[in-house]
Amino acid sequence: MMTDVSASADPPFRLSMLVNDRRYRSLTFQVIVFILVMAGLWWLIDNTVRNLALMGKSFNFGFLFQRAGYDIPQTPIPYTSDDTHLRAAAVGLLNTLIVSILGCIAATVLGVIVGVARLSRNWLFARLMTIFVEIFRNMPLLLWILIIYAIFTEILPPPNAYRGENPAASMILFDHVALTNRYTSIPTLAMTHDPGSLDLGARVTFNWATIAFVVALVGGWFLRRVLLSHAQSVQDRTGERPLTWWRSLAVMVLPSLFLIWYFGLHLKAPTLQGFNFTGGLNVSNGLVALWLALTLYTAAFIAEIVRAGILAVSRGQSEAAFALGLRPNRTMSLVILPQALRVIIPPLISQYLNLTKNSSLAIAVGYMDLRGTLGGTTLNQTGRELEAIVLMMLTYLVLSLIISAAMNVFNARVKLKER
Amino acid sequence: MSDTHAQTVAYVRDTMLPAAAPPLRESGAVRWLRENLFSGPVNTILTILGLLIVWFLVATFWDWFAHSVWNASSLSECREIIAATWGEGARGACFAVIRERWNQYVFGFYPQSLYWRPTMTFGLLMVALAPVLFSASLTIRRVVLVITAVVTLWAMSVLGAPVGWLLFSAAVLVAGLLASERNIAWLLPFSAIYPLLGVWFLWGGSLWGPIFVLVGPLLGWVAWRMLSGVSPLLATVAALLVTLLFWMGLAGEAARDAENILSLSIESVRSDRFGGFLLSLTIGVAGIALSLPLGIMLALARRSDMFLIKSLAVIFIEFIRGVPLITLLFVASLLLNYFLPPGTSFDIILRVIIMVTIFAAAYMAEVIRGGLAALPRGQYEAADALGLDYWKAQRLIVLPQALKISIPGIVSTFIGMFKDTTLVTFVGLYDPLKSMSDAVRANIAWKGIYWEPFVFVGAIFFLICFGMSRYSMYLERRLQRGHR
Repeated sequence: MMTDVSASADPPFRLSMLVNDRRYRSLTFQVIVFILVMAGLWWLIDNTVRNLALMGKSFNFGFLFQRAGYDIPQTPIPYTSDDTHLRAAAVGLLNTLIVSILGCIAATVLGVIVGVARLSRNWLFARLMTIFVEIFRNMPLLLWILIIYAIFTEILPPPNAYRGENPAASMILFDHVALTNRYTSIPTLAMTHDPGSLDLGARVTFNWATIAFVVALVGGWFLRRVLLSHAQSVQDRTGERPLTWWRSLAVMVLPSLFLIWYFGLHLKAPTLQGFNFTGGLNVSNGLVALWLALTLYTAAFIAEIVRAGILAVSRGQSEAAFALGLRPNRTMSLVILPQALRVIIPPLISQYLNLTKNSSLAIAVGYMDLRGTLGGTTLNQTGRELEAIVLMMLTYLVLSLIISAAMNVFNARVKLKER
Repeated sequence: MSDTHAQTVAYVRDTMLPAAAPPLRESGAVRWLRENLFSGPVNTILTILGLLIVWFLVATFWDWFAHSVWNASSLSECREIIAATWGEGARGACFAVIRERWNQYVFGFYPQSLYWRPTMTFGLLMVALAPVLFSASLTIRRVVLVITAVVTLWAMSVLGAPVGWLLFSAAVLVAGLLASERNIAWLLPFSAIYPLLGVWFLWGGSLWGPIFVLVGPLLGWVAWRMLSGVSPLLATVAALLVTLLFWMGLAGEAARDAENILSLSIESVRSDRFGGFLLSLTIGVAGIALSLPLGIMLALARRSDMFLIKSLAVIFIEFIRGVPLITLLFVASLLLNYFLPPGTSFDIILRVIIMVTIFAAAYMAEVIRGGLAALPRGQYEAADALGLDYWKAQRLIVLPQALKISIPGIVSTFIGMFKDTTLVTFVGLYDPLKSMSDAVRANIAWKGIYWEPFVFVGAIFFLICFGMSRYSMYLERRLQRGHR
């Protein structure tokens, strides 16, 4: 027996259906929320406009193009106090990036070592690593930054302690690095045949040698890909894989070795001239302390992530790999690591993001990062809190979004392919 | 069978040999050492490396700790004592600074005569937390509450609390203990009003303010009861409206009038007198209590079917997670007076609490979203099949399980937030780590003392954070239902 569905399906619309009918209720609710949010935004903007008018200020970013008038100790791109606030902010952003990238690399290396060591069968070593992780995870990052900075400024000798016949202090690492209470002097790379620099405009230059090395490394990596895919096709055709390791090693390393020989690249150690070290790179202790503290703190978190990732791969996987006759290192690289990475990568991304955001604690050691320039001296000099802070927050936001986007691309490559 | 044996086998043993002790190298400490420390070349190298690290740490820090001085009034006096006791050139810690500046580290610049008030507040906090945190085991409750009662009352009487307040907190503590013996849920109303009570104890002022803040939801509840027969949605909206209108329109006036009629005031303390661990704990506890519900709401909003709600939640969460907490604190200290109507300004600690809360809530939302996603679809479908509406399904089926899954993440967010309370130093508040230690060093007697305050403050933070993480492990074990 058929009933006429269409006749009973649509009762005439009544106003109460906006609330009681599930089809309309969510729409009603969203409209109400939309109105409330818009009203709230309007209220905030209206307040801001009125407050700005009361203070006689305007909302514009013109101050960015005025003369900054303050010096920045560490300038990755040329900068003087005659440059604009915009350039000062760019220098600050680059300084943020420098400490973040250095921190991410070092924290990953240390974190992986500690995380694997915590799983070691060695009782003593595993316990020591547990203590390391618990101590660094359960105390504020600011504490570590302050302690390490205090070690540098309070305990290390001043540069002039390295003077004289019998100096009170001596350089470490074969007379290449000098730790002082003002800066850490490290060797620089020097070239006997400097090829000159590429001018990108706005006084930003790139040395041709740097570009040559980047090209050599990327080219080598690309050639290696070609080699490997060729080997794969040979294997698919004939069942025998040609030996590739020495060829891929050669295409990866030889071009760089050639460039090192061609440009005469060598390390130039700092030497004491008068009261200060010259010839090397004098890295401010703010940067070193911040970098070390970020590294140790984040490494403790990464160690836990790595440990959890390895533990998440069930024992049966490695046993199966051994049963197939794979050697331990192949088991690690082909079976365990790809599965562990799937678990490790997403939280690792958020640790990198945290490290980048935590680098804003540079304020505690006077390192001029983005917050120190745009959100610090520029803000205080121009009195434009609203613009400076909004711009700073947007920059950090864009930085975070870029990092998470890049890492998500990587994550998509390693994650489980579900077919 | 046995016959065959007897004929073919020359000798059959009919008594068992007594079990011999294992060889020495396969038992006891030697075996443990062989297995755990020296099982192979790599392992041996690691052991030696580990011993070297231990030796280095002990050699570096041992004499410093062993020569510590606890009783002195200045750093130079410390050094004299160390030199006199352990010889010229000996190193030693001067923990006397902790002893001398204990009050400053704990209470900041809170008026000395009122130190008993924060003490009472945190003592009563344990009573308020009892039904939430230690509801499972009577023994744990007993231990915690008895220790709390003894310590709180002792500290209050030492700090010179008035007899009336001493009796009041004794009454609350004893009532808490009795309730915990009979039925811990009786304490829940106290937990509900504790936040207002705590704020009143800490900041002081008139009691009528908190009372009229409480009256708002009460009126809302009355409105809800009257209208819930007509339409549940209407009743909820009406309850919210009544509460909000009462708070915005009437509460302030009413509190002032009531105060004029009958004064219920205690001495008020301004926010800039807060400092040290009092400040950290106030911000930390408030942030923890507020960020969990906000985080749950954000997580639910992000998983909502409604496009607008979902996008708003995504924008909010990603924005907050994309910027450093320090910039949010700067917004709180520098920009908030741009966003509020001209002439208004409100308390800096409250602003910081709001910022810390929304920061933690955004992270919390992501943690809880993970828990919600990890829940099998069947649970949602079962809730629908039972005919539960959205909120009932969330409250009875989904959230209890999702929150249980997310406990480790939630607690790490709490720990992170508590550690981040030290950042308030950059907006001019006196956190124990930087501002307070700088203030101590500003005195000529303690100029140049760095390591002892760091060790002390670090140890306290470690104890609290480590305690929280152990508690989360206990909670996980307790809530485990063994279905995997």
